[in-house]
Amino acid sequence: MARLFIRSLTSAPLLHLYGLMMLCGLVVLSGCSLQSSPLLYPKGPVASTERELMLFAIAIMLTVLIPVWGLTLWCCRRYRKGGKGEYRPDWCSSTLVECGVWGGPLIIILLIGYLVVVYTFRLDPYKPLTVHSTDTTPFPVQAVALDWKWLFIYPELGIATVNELVFPQSRPLALEITSDTVMTSFMIPALGGQIYAMAGMTTHLNLIADQPGTFTGRNTQFSGTGFPQMYFSAKALPDKAFEDWLGTVRNASSMLNSAHYHQLARPNKSYAPVEYFSSVDTDLFNHILARYSAPSTALANGAL
Amino acid sequence: MTLLGRLSLEALPFYSWVAMGGAVVTLLAVLLPVLFLSYKRLWPWLWREWLTSVDHKKIGVMYIVLALAMLVRGFIDAIMMRAQQAIALNNEGYLPPEHFEQIFTSHGTIMIFFMAMPFLTGLINIIVPLQIGARDVAFPFLNSVSLWLTAAGAGLVATSLVIGRFSTAGWTGYPPYSGIQYSPGVGVDYWIWALMVSGVGSTLTGINFIVTILRCRAPGMTLMKMPLFVWTTLCTSLLIAFAFPALTVVAAMLGLDRTLGMHFFTNELGGNMMNFANLLWIWGHPEVYILILPAFGIYSEVTATFARKPLFGYRSLVYATAVIALLSFTVWLHHFFTMGSSASVNAVFGIATMVIAVPTGVKIFDWLFTLFRGQITFHPALLFTIGFIVTFVIGGMTGVLLAIPPVDYQMHNTTFLVAHFHNMLIPGALFGYLAGMQYWFPKAFGFTLNQRWGKWIFWLWTIGFYLAFMPLYLVGLLGMPRRLEQYTTPEWQPYLIVAFIGACFVLAGLCAIFIQLWVSVREREQNRDTTGDPWDGRTLEWYTSSPPAPYNFASIPKGDERDAFWQMKQTRMAYRFTQPSSIILPANTGMGVLLGVSGGILGFAMVWHIWWLALLALISIIALVVVRSSREERVSIYQPELIQSLEKPWQTSLAQAGLIGDGDPI
Amino acid sequence: MTGIENLLLEHQQEELTNRELGFWLYLMTDAIIFALLFATYVVMFSNTAGGTEPAQLFDLSHVGWETTCLLLSSTSFGLAWLAVQADKRQTAVLWLVVTCLLGVSFLGLEIKEFVDLINQQATPQRSGYLSAFFTLVATHGLHVSIGLLGILVMIGQLIMEGRTAPVISRLFRLGLFWHFLDIIWIGIFSVVYLPVFIR
Repeated sequence: MARLFIRSLTSAPLLHLYGLMMLCGLVVLSGCSLQSSPLLYPKGPVASTERELMLFAIAIMLTVLIPVWGLTLWCCRRYRKGGKGEYRPDWCSSTLVECGVWGGPLIIILLIGYLVVVYTFRLDPYKPLTVHSTDTTPFPVQAVALDWKWLFIYPELGIATVNELVFPQSRPLALEITSDTVMTSFMIPALGGQIYAMAGMTTHLNLIADQPGTFTGRNTQFSGTGFPQMYFSAKALPDKAFEDWLGTVRNASSMLNSAHYHQLARPNKSYAPVEYFSSVDTDLFNHILARYSAPSTALANGAL
Repeated sequence: MTLLGRLSLEALPFYSWVAMGGAVVTLLAVLLPVLFLSYKRLWPWLWREWLTSVDHKKIGVMYIVLALAMLVRGFIDAIMMRAQQAIALNNEGYLPPEHFEQIFTSHGTIMIFFMAMPFLTGLINIIVPLQIGARDVAFPFLNSVSLWLTAAGAGLVATSLVIGRFSTAGWTGYPPYSGIQYSPGVGVDYWIWALMVSGVGSTLTGINFIVTILRCRAPGMTLMKMPLFVWTTLCTSLLIAFAFPALTVVAAMLGLDRTLGMHFFTNELGGNMMNFANLLWIWGHPEVYILILPAFGIYSEVTATFARKPLFGYRSLVYATAVIALLSFTVWLHHFFTMGSSASVNAVFGIATMVIAVPTGVKIFDWLFTLFRGQITFHPALLFTIGFIVTFVIGGMTGVLLAIPPVDYQMHNTTFLVAHFHNMLIPGALFGYLAGMQYWFPKAFGFTLNQRWGKWIFWLWTIGFYLAFMPLYLVGLLGMPRRLEQYTTPEWQPYLIVAFIGACFVLAGLCAIFIQLWVSVREREQNRDTTGDPWDGRTLEWYTSSPPAPYNFASIPKGDERDAFWQMKQTRMAYRFTQPSSIILPANTGMGVLLGVSGGILGFAMVWHIWWLALLALISIIALVVVRSSREERVSIYQPELIQSLEKPWQTSLAQAGLIGDGDPI
Repeated sequence: MTGIENLLLEHQQEELTNRELGFWLYLMTDAIIFALLFATYVVMFSNTAGGTEPAQLFDLSHVGWETTCLLLSSTSFGLAWLAVQADKRQTAVLWLVVTCLLGVSFLGLEIKEFVDLINQQATPQRSGYLSAFFTLVATHGLHVSIGLLGILVMIGQLIMEGRTAPVISRLFRLGLFWHFLDIIWIGIFSVVYLPVFIR
């Protein structure tokens, strides 16, 4: 039985099984819906463009992949020992074919290379974004990676939150990111790509949500025991809802001062619950930066 | 300061059942062979014939034994991770975070440094000297040193399972997490020293094979007549020699940070973690090609042999290999597009990365056109090659996707990336090594491997690969980051369960490898390779007995044609032997083993801060090198009569097979 | 048995030529190590973290003496090599001893420089810049120490074995190594010390 199985594979090589595999793939796809994919169903123009770029590149590359698959199966079938193909034991060069095999991939890479140049600049995470219809200014938020939670400081409003990033959907989000622990990576996949957070350094990320909603954001760079808990919800709210939310935060009793920050920065074992701070030291973000990048010893010892 | 440094009873794995289990399995895996060898009284034989050997074929076999053992170890890590992720939705699974982290770190470290590197080095060792018609490598003793340093590194990783713990910082060991502040234990030190000790071994291997290929080729074999596997080995060796110093530097700096409290990569006092990422990937990206180029060489040899045609576009393949090797040094930054470099920097590195797809694509097409108009037999080695072509292009496509910076912003650090590089390293590199094993096994041992089981290995690995990694691509699109010990997103779980099932198929494939070995050894008498040329081969390694005599060739063959042996057979010039003359070979020496052991002890002592032991090991290394350089090299001389008697059985078989007439001179 | 002896000689000759090529390759790997250490030094140059600045660290005459010792030792090694070529074993040994002494003086000066710096609180633990400085310069110093060990071994071999082909080949390779360290030192001088003095 097993021998028969093997023989059937070698006589009509590969065709059957690859068909089967594709089928399996389809079953998997339909069984588990990809509709929850933040990458395939993005909620902002940055992520949408990134998706389009990806799908377009896949389509271009399939023009090579499909011939490769076809040619492989065809050669294996036709030129197997005892097959229909004519055996030419010395045929090993052809200028025409050589030009094709160098030229084909080259053209495709030139094409995608062009896209790379255009879109790397267009989707530069550091580039400030504008909303077309209005001339609204970006909404600034400072994000700090802690063990193992995210602290968000809203310099415009003088408030801070933990593990919840809320912004008015009508304004682009301008993030300044740093870390008060190891290197981490900040990402809200539904809105756009990620950027590293590193101690003593600031990185920037500009995002827009084109509809109100709640999206998952997280650290994607392994950072220790609590890494799986290092996610947060990012909420893009309509202006009215945002004002309501702001009211709630302003009514919160806790304030984020230096002492409280030290307590907050301690590693947490389980998921850190959402916290609101009605006021925050406006220089907190810079102080956190200065702990590591201080040019003089006075600052290194910590203004914090 | 104590006599044993940081080492105390707490280093023993009594703190958890998982750790105990790992330790017991490791100890058993060491003890059982030791007991068996002692029971059979095989130690003197093992020492004389194998451990002290400087014969490239035996060194190659020992490398592959190490690689297979480490493949098992690395795979156990893999299936444990798959099992954990398959169940850890909204719960802790069965692995505490600390264990899960050690496991993903050791899986990567072992698979790259102690599975893939020894596997390819072993195949190169066995085959390249034969393919270029040499008696041995340029530096046989250095070869033995390289082997034992690699083994010492593997030994350090294995030791960490029993004494102390392994790193939790991932195989790339990014600081500041891997720094002393965030990883105060011995784990990262084990990682550093395993890499440094084996890295020295790899560097020496690289130098050894550059000199071997440049200086020891058969008469007439110009560079453009070398078999493609030799070309890819030359390029890989150059990459090793150029890239591994970077690994040494970056590991040493991290070690200085950790041991002496310096500030290369710390958060505080002017450390710069971005420099680590740069230095690591200046080694790390070429490393990918170090692993895959020899596999490309194997696919080339296998395709030509089993299509019974010369390689299509030999020159293209050579240039493509060289271009890949060159470009591999220009792309390292694509591993951290998300570090905040300017758009222009990211764009340049993105394009440089994609350019590599051109020579790689050329290779794929050249292999296909080698099959075209051929006469194909589906030996397991060729099945691996076809499986590689079909699957590797998917990895190529996702690789180009990841090379587009804006797309990478979305995919970086997700399981999509994990699926991509496994797509390159399993169907790309490992399939090549397995194909090489199926193809060249008879040359090393004198009998062929069971082909039925070979096909089982191929199908189980292929199906297992698709089932394990296609879901990871998809769950990456769902936004799942890598290295996640538990999660709260229910949509991910079905994919992870399928991936676990895939891992089970791979487990079956892994078992099939050992079953095949067992069955083949049992049936070895039926499957003897008496002519030394079981597949109607094309290159010189098939123009000698299987296994070859210690000196490889009684008289050095000519290499003045591409596919030299095939041409000889076509023109009926093969198997014309002349009177042999004396041959000199280096004698066996135990110094390689001693150097390896000293290196291992040095690493262990440095990990645990046992300074006196480190000093002793260092003195021992220096003393061994000085003694070695001051002593006359010992050689063994093969007289013509001995050579004739050693060649007799092969020539008799050739005569029986009708390949040489009785009247031909011997 | 002259056939065998010829064969052995041939074997040895081939071996030694291979070793020379291998040694060039080794030097190349070592050059890469230094290149990366240099690059790291440049990257870390401004990361003094409030510790001692480069300008306050170095003493021109001290570095001058170090450089003199090392360059002279290269010359004396060259003289030793010429003496070996001219079949003057005693002279060769003498020049090697001189090389050794100069090398030891260089190391002594370097250690003194390090000790002085550490006494001024400019330790490698103080800042990223100092970590890079100490590592770069000490790696060179470590190489010099290994070279000195090699010279001692070669003195022994010259005395014990005389001018055999393997000894000459080893001396040649050691010479490459020693001159290579000179070149690295010139690099260190230009990258580490010179910019500070010019400013």
